[in-house]
Amino acid sequence: MADEQLLEQPESKEVIAPGYTFGSVTDQISAVVLTKHQPLFWIASFGVGFCLLQLLLVSAVLLFTKGVGIWGIRTPVMWGFAITNFVWWIGIGHAGTLISAILLLLNQSWRNSINRFAEAMTLFAVACAGLFPILHMGRPWLAYWLFPYPNSMNVEPNFRSPLVWDVFAVSTYATVSLLFWFTGLIPDLGTLRDRAKHFIPQRIYGVLAMGWRGSAKHWSIYETATLLLAGMSTPLVLSVHTVVSFDFTVAIVPGWHSTFFPPYFVAGAIYSGFAMVLALAIPLRAAYGLQGLITDRHLENAAKVMLATGLIVAYAYIMETFMAWYSGSPYEQQAFWNRMTGPYSSSYWFLVFCNIVSPQVLWFKKFRRTPVLLFISSIIVLIGMWLERYMIIVSSLAQDYVTSSWGLFHATRWDWATYWGTIGLFLFLFFLFVRALPMISIFEVRTLLPQAKVTEEVRR
Amino acid sequence: MSSAGVYGVMAEFDSPTSLVNAARAAHEKGFRKLDAYTPFPIEELSEVLHLHKNKLPLIVLCGGILGGLTGYLLQYFVTVIYFPINIGGRPLHSWPSYIIITFELTILFGCLSAVLGMLALCGLPMPYHPTFNVPRFALASRDRFFLCIEATDPMFDLEGTAGFLETLEPKEVSEVAN
Repeated sequence: MADEQLLEQPESKEVIAPGYTFGSVTDQISAVVLTKHQPLFWIASFGVGFCLLQLLLVSAVLLFTKGVGIWGIRTPVMWGFAITNFVWWIGIGHAGTLISAILLLLNQSWRNSINRFAEAMTLFAVACAGLFPILHMGRPWLAYWLFPYPNSMNVEPNFRSPLVWDVFAVSTYATVSLLFWFTGLIPDLGTLRDRAKHFIPQRIYGVLAMGWRGSAKHWSIYETATLLLAGMSTPLVLSVHTVVSFDFTVAIVPGWHSTFFPPYFVAGAIYSGFAMVLALAIPLRAAYGLQGLITDRHLENAAKVMLATGLIVAYAYIMETFMAWYSGSPYEQQAFWNRMTGPYSSSYWFLVFCNIVSPQVLWFKKFRRTPVLLFISSIIVLIGMWLERYMIIVSSLAQDYVTSSWGLFHATRWDWATYWGTIGLFLFLFFLFVRALPMISIFEVRTLLPQAKVTEEVRR
Repeated sequence: MSSAGVYGVMAEFDSPTSLVNAARAAHEKGFRKLDAYTPFPIEELSEVLHLHKNKLPLIVLCGGILGGLTGYLLQYFVTVIYFPINIGGRPLHSWPSYIIITFELTILFGCLSAVLGMLALCGLPMPYHPTFNVPRFALASRDRFFLCIEATDPMFDLEGTAGFLETLEPKEVSEVAN
């Protein structure tokens, strides 16, 4: 007996808290949606999002009537906040695809309880990102000119331009994220259809579930589809921020023109994305009592990814500065010297604090296990990553080759209003999602339960 | 009892293990027109029911190749034939700058064909299916596991098949109206 006990494997670490059954998992997650009552947290967050969304609408209307001059963009800094926000938002989206695709391929089962809302986060972050280049166009109603289509002007987009690559990369990313997210939702929509008590929700979920009945034949095809989508999303997500970085690197502006932007941007994107995942997961699980499904282990793993990508970003900052010096190009050297000591130096050093210094506390397990501190840390990283993009775009454009053409950027209140407005749009869409759809993938959490394993003795 | 108007016979189980065992027993008995319904994918079930091959990877491959060709040929057509711009004497057929859009459209078409192909192979959307006539079947999306032997199976006869399912220790056996 004693020997047998010794031979027994140590109990594998379960991803979610013990004591759950298929039924209780289903009930707990679907109860968030199938109810008339929402916690105060939901009402407050949705309310904030809704108010900020109105701010976005006001600033957009003003922008359309008066033009982009309401923003602080003046020659030479014509990209200003709009492109900073675009890159920031699209970077945030990357964590969702990383969790849903790359961690699926790597067989990381802990992803199962965070992938759904992380994918929703991706979708809404890409929506916010997509707004900025369009608003920034000056004549946003002509945005469709970006796509190649037969037209009476007999002109076509220039396929050698990174800005056109960006259009294709971002629109493909948005479409694929939507497809992946919806595919993942189908079985859970079936669950909601079967559990809804009232006629209208039954019909709505029924139509969306398309008659999903959990047939083994369907599951087999479904699993293949998920795997293929994950396999294709993985290179896609890496390509998107690579293409975004081409917007900079292909230009010859000092501070932009360098070959290591693609990996640097991708690491930064995942860094800020995981910060957003934590910033959303920590309040959500507290408000809905989901600590058993999104456990401290999930938060810790996300914090570890954040730390790892943060270190890559730190390395990139150091290499960027080193290469500027090593290049021997006086313009490159001047650009970095201006960043560190010039008019934007306070932003630069604050960003170094946010992105390099502050995440070092994540080395300590105790810190990673304390949700409140983790939440604060993730907000600091989000601010830092925004400053990074601001720094790259504004400081490089403000002071380039010819001293006589230098000019500083000053954000106006409408710059800030548009930025906060998209945060409102994001919160509005995200909390609508939390209200209407299961924020945790029910069927994937079921597979995590110990009961879900087909036991060994009866197999032959 | 007659088999007319009957889709099949369905047995309900409360654990994945008993369902897999039952499915294996039914397959060994010679039933071929059978399907299982579960709240989450069970790998062993696909093995027992021999469901490992499907055409989806082929569909996605074709979709991806079509997307890649579309991307490349679109750019070739526009930059070389339809709207050639000579910039500093650089070649019109500047293939390195075509790579990104070719790649993006490959992924886009591949993913679209994965999702549409999955729906087509599953026969979805399908608003009505006879299994939904069984009242307890709503639990197939919660915590119960069902095995259904369909009336189209050559070995099917209502009483005999129901009797066979009873021997597999189910929670309940029910007839599925068509």
